[in-house]
Amino acid sequence: MDPPAPPPSPRRSSGRYSALRLLREGLQQQRGWTRAWAKAAPKPSYRVLIIGGGGHGLATAYYLAAQHGITEVAVLERGPLGLGNVGRNTTIIRSNYFHPANIRFYEFSLKLWEGLEQALNFNAMVSQRGTLNLFHTEAQRDLFTRRANQMRLLGVDAEAVSAADVKALVPLVDLDNGRYPVLGGFLQRRGGTVRHDAVAWGYARAASERGVDIIEHCEVTAINRSGGRVIGVETTRGSIQADLVCLAVAGSSSRLARMAGLVLPIETHVLQAFVSEAIKPVLDVVLTYGAGHFYVSQSDKGGLVFGGAIDGYNSYAQRGTLPMAEEVAAAAVTLLPGLARLKILRQWGGLMDMSMDGSPVISQTPVDGLLLNGGWCYGGFKAIPAGGFTTAHLIATGAPHPVAAHLDLARFAEGRMVDERGVGPFPFAH
Amino acid sequence: MLRIPCPWCGTRDESEFRYRGDATRVRPGPAATRADFVSYLYERDNPCGWHLEWWLHTGGCRKLLKVLRHTLTHEIRAVAAAHEPLALPRADERG
Repeated sequence: MDPPAPPPSPRRSSGRYSALRLLREGLQQQRGWTRAWAKAAPKPSYRVLIIGGGGHGLATAYYLAAQHGITEVAVLERGPLGLGNVGRNTTIIRSNYFHPANIRFYEFSLKLWEGLEQALNFNAMVSQRGTLNLFHTEAQRDLFTRRANQMRLLGVDAEAVSAADVKALVPLVDLDNGRYPVLGGFLQRRGGTVRHDAVAWGYARAASERGVDIIEHCEVTAINRSGGRVIGVETTRGSIQADLVCLAVAGSSSRLARMAGLVLPIETHVLQAFVSEAIKPVLDVVLTYGAGHFYVSQSDKGGLVFGGAIDGYNSYAQRGTLPMAEEVAAAAVTLLPGLARLKILRQWGGLMDMSMDGSPVISQTPVDGLLLNGGWCYGGFKAIPAGGFTTAHLIATGAPHPVAAHLDLARFAEGRMVDERGVGPFPFAH
Repeated sequence: MLRIPCPWCGTRDESEFRYRGDATRVRPGPAATRADFVSYLYERDNPCGWHLEWWLHTGGCRKLLKVLRHTLTHEIRAVAAAHEPLALPRADERG
């Protein structure tokens, strides 16, 4: 006997969110709210299947519907939305890169962030509080100045600030700390932070409203091919056919690609993040430490959110190890001695796709019908809008978007690496 | 904290070592094709399971070690000198 057909998905609009709506619902005992996105069940076939309901997958689905009118799209997520890397990062947005191609791509993303809340009608708490990178040697000052000049040549905001300016911006900083005295900084005022959960929820709601199926608790177990071409996937909720399948599963890209017989230039590593107990406002920029790998901002709840480098060896364990926790804490206390007595409230580790040149991949693959959005290293969050926009462009038109054309998979074979740090094909060093 | 049993120095903390990546990639010979070199330089199996990898004992004997470690549990099953043969478990035992 066949199982009963699933009920039609209740594609009821959640309505427009506004201050007036908030007031009205408040007067009606909050009874008028409906689901932000529909809980869809898988249909037998779609035009586009996106594997991975994280930031990039949801953004890709949204831009496919909003920019290209393609709505026969499903996003398959193994668990509930928002519990992967999109909700587990340090929430920083910026475009202060060195490579011109990277500056253009991340600036495109920053511009999308600036209009995101209006486009999605969702409050993602985009806060352009500025990102301040400190330098500690004269050589580092020259390098940062060159980077800032490169950005300004491309029309992106960047300014050099003196040590006194740094002290005025962040009174907590110990300018004369014994090991790495602070000589100055490099400020991008348009950088900042975003409430990461709201990014997932906002894109999911906007995509669902335009007809995209968001299917949670649906794990892909196999990618089906016929004559070398991808024709669909097997999932824990049955098989689904599709014209095109796009992977957006950074951290697990290698595992999914292997299902289609593909080996990627990617390794999986763990990155840790930390949140302290909540304190009164002490830090209103995103601060990074040039002498080590350390970045910190203060959330609106008052906790200091900070992190450092990846643990440094291949790992699928979603937990960090203590040597790196110690290194991050040491950097925190060297730069901001006032933090020494703060308690760490939470610490966690997430899986990163570390690519062989430290840059992401938005590309067709050698397998017909399979596309890849991955290799985000530890910088995927800030790139969500541009990653989704350009992946949707690639899916809809078959050609790469101009700001993401350098992120194709063929660059490795053709020697066109985009190696921001200049360390070669060693993912643990990026 | 990983504890790596160095054949020369005994079991030491990971902070004495420096990770040097996947040890299964073998440099192709001079007659190899470009595709062979691309595969050697850039493509990685990246398993969730047993992984053969290089660790340099910078804070000890400074020898390069070959280590068989599980990427999910971090269990270390075997350590050998760089020139000694050390194989990955058979595919069906790799989990």
